[in-house]
Amino acid sequence: MDILDILLSASFWAAAIRIASPLIFATMGELICERAGVLNLGIEGIMVAGAFAGWIAVWAGLPLWGGVAVAMLVGMGFGLIHSILSVPFGLSQHVVGVGLTLLATALTFYTYRVVLPEVSSPPKIQAFQVYEVPFLSELPLIGPALFSQTPLTYAAFILAGLTAYVLYRTPLGLAVRAAGENPSAVAAQGLSVTAVRMGAVIVGSGFMAVGGAFLTMSAFDSFFFDMVNGRGWICIALVVFGAWRPGKALLGAVLFAAFDAFQIRLQQTPIGAVLPYQVFLMMPYFLSILALVVMSRRAEVPAALMVAFNKGER
Amino acid sequence: MRLEPIANPTAARRFGLPALAVGTTFVIAAVLAMIAGADPFSVFGLIIHGAMGSKFALLETLNRATPLIFTGLAVAVAFRAKLWNIGAEAQLYAGAVIAVVLGTGALAWPSGVLLPVMAVCAMLAGALVLLVPALLKTRLGVDEVVTTLLFNFIFLLFVSYLLEGPLKDPMGMGWPKSSRLIPDARLPRLVDGLRLHWGFALALLSALAVWVINTRTTFGYEMRAVGQNVEAARFAGIPVTVVILKTALLSGGLAALAGFSEVAGLKGSLTLDLSPGFGYTGIVVAMLALLHPIGVVAAALFVAAIFVGADSMSRAAGVPTYLADIMLASALLLMVLAILLTKFRVRRD
Amino acid sequence: MTGAEPAQPVLRLTDITKRFGSVTANEAITFDLARGEVIALLGENGAGKTTLMNILFGQYTADTGEVEIFGKPMPPGNPRAALDAGVGMVHQHFTLAGNLTVWENIVLGAQSLAAMSLKPAAVKARIRALAEQFHLDVDPDARVGRLTVGERQRVEILKALYRDARILILDEPTAVLTPQEADALFATLREAVDLGLSIIFISHKLHEVLAISDRVLVLRHGRLVAERKTGATSREELAALMVGSEVSAPEFVAQSPGAPLLSLRDVSTEAAGTATALNRVTLDLCAGQIVGLAGVSGNGQGALSDLVSGLISPSNGEMRVLDASIDGWSPRRAIAKGIARIPEDRHKTGTIADFDLTENAILETYATEFARRGWMDWRRARAHAESLIDTYDIRCPGPDVRIRLLSGGNMQKLILGRVLETGPRIILANQPVRGLDIGAVNYVHSRLSDARADGAAILLISEDLDEIMRLSDVIHVISKGRLSPPFARGTMRAQDLGVWMAGHGFEDIANAS
Repeated sequence: MDILDILLSASFWAAAIRIASPLIFATMGELICERAGVLNLGIEGIMVAGAFAGWIAVWAGLPLWGGVAVAMLVGMGFGLIHSILSVPFGLSQHVVGVGLTLLATALTFYTYRVVLPEVSSPPKIQAFQVYEVPFLSELPLIGPALFSQTPLTYAAFILAGLTAYVLYRTPLGLAVRAAGENPSAVAAQGLSVTAVRMGAVIVGSGFMAVGGAFLTMSAFDSFFFDMVNGRGWICIALVVFGAWRPGKALLGAVLFAAFDAFQIRLQQTPIGAVLPYQVFLMMPYFLSILALVVMSRRAEVPAALMVAFNKGER
Repeated sequence: MRLEPIANPTAARRFGLPALAVGTTFVIAAVLAMIAGADPFSVFGLIIHGAMGSKFALLETLNRATPLIFTGLAVAVAFRAKLWNIGAEAQLYAGAVIAVVLGTGALAWPSGVLLPVMAVCAMLAGALVLLVPALLKTRLGVDEVVTTLLFNFIFLLFVSYLLEGPLKDPMGMGWPKSSRLIPDARLPRLVDGLRLHWGFALALLSALAVWVINTRTTFGYEMRAVGQNVEAARFAGIPVTVVILKTALLSGGLAALAGFSEVAGLKGSLTLDLSPGFGYTGIVVAMLALLHPIGVVAAALFVAAIFVGADSMSRAAGVPTYLADIMLASALLLMVLAILLTKFRVRRD
Repeated sequence: MTGAEPAQPVLRLTDITKRFGSVTANEAITFDLARGEVIALLGENGAGKTTLMNILFGQYTADTGEVEIFGKPMPPGNPRAALDAGVGMVHQHFTLAGNLTVWENIVLGAQSLAAMSLKPAAVKARIRALAEQFHLDVDPDARVGRLTVGERQRVEILKALYRDARILILDEPTAVLTPQEADALFATLREAVDLGLSIIFISHKLHEVLAISDRVLVLRHGRLVAERKTGATSREELAALMVGSEVSAPEFVAQSPGAPLLSLRDVSTEAAGTATALNRVTLDLCAGQIVGLAGVSGNGQGALSDLVSGLISPSNGEMRVLDASIDGWSPRRAIAKGIARIPEDRHKTGTIADFDLTENAILETYATEFARRGWMDWRRARAHAESLIDTYDIRCPGPDVRIRLLSGGNMQKLILGRVLETGPRIILANQPVRGLDIGAVNYVHSRLSDARADGAAILLISEDLDEIMRLSDVIHVISKGRLSPPFARGTMRAQDLGVWMAGHGFEDIANAS
């Protein structure tokens, strides 16, 4: 298979969109948190928890969308913990985030073992199926790539649009953006910085969890311990790459996923046979670091990102 | 609500709140144990017994604490200078790789020469691994949290490649595993007949050395100044970039000693599961120790006891061993909150 | 401003008391504000003005007492209630988000958070109408981060007016303005009063208070110590009331300047971030002279200060220190050259809050004076700190106290001690008395006068024109990174300097060169 063949095949682009979907959910979640001024390093653990929660809920009998709701709620619960510690108490967002990732991961694995003791391989669920959008899915190239996906993928793209709309076109979004830039501007206008920031972290964490759930409920149909595998950290890099703008972050996620899909296919070509497979597996992480390096000089970081706001402190 | 600094916190506040944090951790664990269908008291009993109920258990705890002291020190040193090194895992493996490269027969030197050379080279390798994110931070302003995290994944894949390629044990029957170290490259036991190696003593010495550096040297003063207020440090003429890079070298080197000591002291060879997250647990250890090097030793022993105890408890009571991870993560979060509340009072206005 | 009949008060504060720990910020404060009235709240830094206004505005909850607005008692601790009742506050440190546009900043918080649209067209139309009515010229679509200080203040006022404020509180509004901009602000305020708004004007500048207010309330140590009709008081009386006793500032004694110790010739610096860079600056600091640098903040003072401090180097032109050119310019080199540096922000740049007094005292000299081969000599460091405490009258429990717990004045004394103890030839004093009470202000000024008498060359940077004019032998004005020619003491009035501060006059220099 030639490199050009890969890039022109519909299945490649369909895979890219599929791989991008969980990243879009989690990136939008992180972006909302950071736009309000809170770096949420709990993302990796929240994705693990969301992946498990959605899947186990469906396994226990809930409909698929019920599973998504459960994942979202679990994510919001962890977001609540993060936001209480990082917002009113203003604790180091680095420490709280890493601690939350450890906690969410450990709680997930613990629950898994309690609910499913003695299983050698995890049970499978009936995952989301591909929904062919009428007419649109018949378009050449674009049809199979964009409109023959599972409903959760469509939801990811809708979420990106919604995030952009709320952030830039509504009073709520205005408050979120101001809270991440100069919290005293928010406080002076009679709004609660604490409420705005906590709300953003809770909702954002919910979306991260749905990103995790995509893995168990749409990409695969079961839960594995190392399935998130650093995707959360990659999403943090994607937020930086997207300069804290939903549109650019969406584009970044798709580009990133395209690269990922590309390297998987490249492994099957003669070039792939020359290099050890680990080189290909490393590429997403290298790419993330590269994105951070390239954007580090240009990006407009929210001025109050990682700055705690303590009312009355001057 | 508003946080108001307390000028002179009472002893009750300074010691009571951290104690309360630990207590709450145990309550959370008890509830989780009950959910898993076990009696919480017997679970804690089993954990304590499993961690220190016998000579074997106690030695196991000390052995488990050894890498945690190193990674805990690595994190404590870095965090004190506000260098967020979350990559101790990668640096640990760097040290382990060097131990294997030098210790499997490449250097046929006597033990007294070979071991120090291995240790120093391991430290250099770990230092280099952290130097890259540190340079990205100081030169380009790239946040080191994400880069060090991503390096963990990259480095583990690199080790996986090494174990399936250049460092693969020809006798390993296909398993991704390195050859065994030659006897001269193994850290001897501290006391004959006891399963405790010199790595533990090296860890204690390292803690002492870090403490001396922190309190007695200009470098320690500089690290603290840079960590507390980088702008004031720069204004006062402290060479901030150099201090951050030196801190990175020290931190990476300490983490690498964990890998060296695990391979040369305990395991004798390198596999992909050498570290069950010692690098990440080092963060918990350092935070529980309030970044104090001597505290790191105590915290590492505590954490190791919980891990070792939970392993044996899990076998006996059927409660998943992940209970230990939950306890440590909650202890971390509750402890940082408790420490904050020893310094600030919550006011409702 | 007269003619306001004292009718039913629009605002009434009754018996307000507020304590922070053991410190009483406000004690039993009671006063009324009438419709169309301008009250000046006068007091030193730390007298409790800002705390009182934060209580009025609902940012703090008072321990006792009540706030009534238009006869309605306010629920404590609710800024929204105050805003909705018609109180608007223009904070000393602007509360604007730089990444948002003017109209976004103004409408922030004014609409329901559940609304699905910001209705930009209607918002902007209303802002334009208000701007026209009150002569507050500003483009609603401009990004706030790009506005000048004066424009930002107009946005702050528009924010209050947009929410139908009937009572305006202005906290030190002229601190960052040129004299001309301040006059324009006063004109706006007079129009607001004519339309029936009431104003509380917080200041420590007596001439402004006398110019704008109907009534003056004097706060001291958290208490309301005096109330005067503006027409029936004087500058001298107010000064005495504010401080509580007669205070004497150091006398200026004329002396002839010595050789230049630091000189800049056509020096430019590279722009860093949003800070203004220097643009072909020529300056001489001579022995035994105080050179005052006047200007609206953000016009390059930071760059000049950083340059003298060693944080940045010239990108063009020549800088000479003690008659030698500077190679490898750095803070360390600056210190080694004998430059004493008093930074603008003593909390962020001058000290390390969680270090103790000893550790802060040796920040600049730890490596050279208090260590040998990398090992710290803490005993000597502590002895040094103790001697500074004695010599510079630093009030504190001892050398082991965390600097965070010291007052601003004592913090500044430590910094003074740290840099003056070495007998510096050159002194950079960037906003050395900002936020200090009068006692500490006089202490700092007399130390600078002493250093001048001893032959040090001093660069004094301040936004307070009075301070500059009182202390300086020579004054330069800085605007957009350019430096005016030197003006000898007594040759320029504040209004004349204000013209330069607004950026006029520089064109002629550019044409001439």
